[in-house]
Amino acid sequence: MNAVGRFPESLPALADSPLAVRGLSASYGGKPAVIDADVTIVPGTLSAIVGPNGAGKSTLMKAVLGLVPRQTGDVTVFGQPLTRMRHRLAYVPQRASVDWDFPVRVLDVAMMGLHRELGLLGRVRPHHRARAEAALDRTGTLDLARRQIGQLSGGQQQRVFLARALAQGADLFLLDEPFAGVDAATEATIMSVLKSLRDEGKSVVCVHHDLSTVADYFDRLLLLNRRVLAEGPVDLVLTDRNLQATYGGRLSVAQLAAIR
Amino acid sequence: MGTEFVQLSLSPILIGICAAVACALPGNFLLLRRQALLGDAVSHVVLPGIVVGFLLTGTVSAGPMMLGAMASALLAVLLIETVRRLGRVEPGAAMGTVFTSMFAAGVLLLETTGASGVHLDVEHALMGNLESLIWFDATGWGSLLDPAALAALPPELFRMALAMTAAILFLAVLRRPLVASTFDEGFARATGQRPSLLSLGLVALSAASAVTAFQAVGAIIVIAMFVVPPATARLLTDRLWTQVGLSAVIAALAAILGYVLAGYGPLWLGGQHSVSAAGMIAVVSGLGLLLAAAFGPRRHRREALPEA
Repeated sequence: MNAVGRFPESLPALADSPLAVRGLSASYGGKPAVIDADVTIVPGTLSAIVGPNGAGKSTLMKAVLGLVPRQTGDVTVFGQPLTRMRHRLAYVPQRASVDWDFPVRVLDVAMMGLHRELGLLGRVRPHHRARAEAALDRTGTLDLARRQIGQLSGGQQQRVFLARALAQGADLFLLDEPFAGVDAATEATIMSVLKSLRDEGKSVVCVHHDLSTVADYFDRLLLLNRRVLAEGPVDLVLTDRNLQATYGGRLSVAQLAAIR
Repeated sequence: MGTEFVQLSLSPILIGICAAVACALPGNFLLLRRQALLGDAVSHVVLPGIVVGFLLTGTVSAGPMMLGAMASALLAVLLIETVRRLGRVEPGAAMGTVFTSMFAAGVLLLETTGASGVHLDVEHALMGNLESLIWFDATGWGSLLDPAALAALPPELFRMALAMTAAILFLAVLRRPLVASTFDEGFARATGQRPSLLSLGLVALSAASAVTAFQAVGAIIVIAMFVVPPATARLLTDRLWTQVGLSAVIAALAAILGYVLAGYGPLWLGGQHSVSAAGMIAVVSGLGLLLAAAFGPRRHRREALPEA
């Protein structure tokens, strides 16, 4: 048990949890980035993973997905090994992780979310296209469908990334810094999409860096600084003590006051 | 355009087209993955393989040398991936390290074993020998229907056509995972596609194209065709598959035009001798890139639109 505060009374049985991580350690560039992390996502909630720069937030998410190797730890998705549940999981990487000068259109990116249905040689049928277009519509980017992706603003690109995940029709969404470098309108659009997913009973996990919006946006919070320092309902976890433990006492009184 | 053309020019032109297209097709994806120099790398790393193939068999026949070259190319591909992962360096740096080392090893091997005494000359490998791939048994266009004459076509034509077909099939069958993983490898892996396997497949296909073309037409065409037609096509369109199609057309046009200009251009200008077809094909494609860079519709990254 490495957490300062944990609230087990609210945790689901492991087999019901959309995402359960036990004892995960991973390194990044030769240094330990995440140490012995336990995460239990509650179905139908919006969860944030928050911590200072270099706390291992993205590494934790990538290690869960197998994008960086895990040294130790078990991951189950809906009670099963990840490899058998990938179809129920959607991942939105950091926007900066790809080259937006890539010669595809917005609709092509959304269609990538349908790779499982389309297979290698399956023909694109009207209902496939309709699903990709519905996903774009939900993120307010349908009118950009025929544009090359490099023509879009950063916020529009982030919404297209979200649309690709929506087109997958997943039950668990993992988003890495979805609000990084986007405009206020995009932030509001993304947040309303995420809330509507939650209201449909889906589970959403975001790596997040903006402490001032955590309480407004999320139901549950996981504080991370290499180790998990606290995990639970946002109003219980978001305490001065937990934040100072996570941020190494570097937050000022004024900063703490602004958070709640 | 009679018997002489069929005998002397038809098969070099066809081989040139197949070689150019076989290299340009995978080149599109190498370019987008910032691995465009792979063709260059492969055409250097095959040297030790060719020398070893010669040393083991004692002949300069195509078979063992091709096998040696293929083995070399595969070894290089694995080494490049290893250096890139262990050293955490850019793909370009990993390629540079591996291909110069292996090429140098090939040169040393060539010198110390006495293989250099035999006809394994570097100039031949560099310039290729497109003009010599003639169809001696042809007696005119009618020979295209004559099985006996067809059987006497240079074997390079069949090999190159096979390499081109392999490239077309690879791109056609794997088009979706190829695009998805080239654009966003993290997403592809998270959704259970196999981008590392696909990446290895692409590189292996490129190596096979490069070795086959290298052996038939020389290194210059290989290096040029992996990079130049895709780069030219990229300046003309923002649609990936339009780019791939255009790159094939550009590569084929460069092969035809380059061959014709090399054969007849100097004569038209009052010269006495023709010039290297491989060199002219590369130059023509370079000029095409220059034109596209000056006038192509997609040569500027466009400004982002105002927020919707």
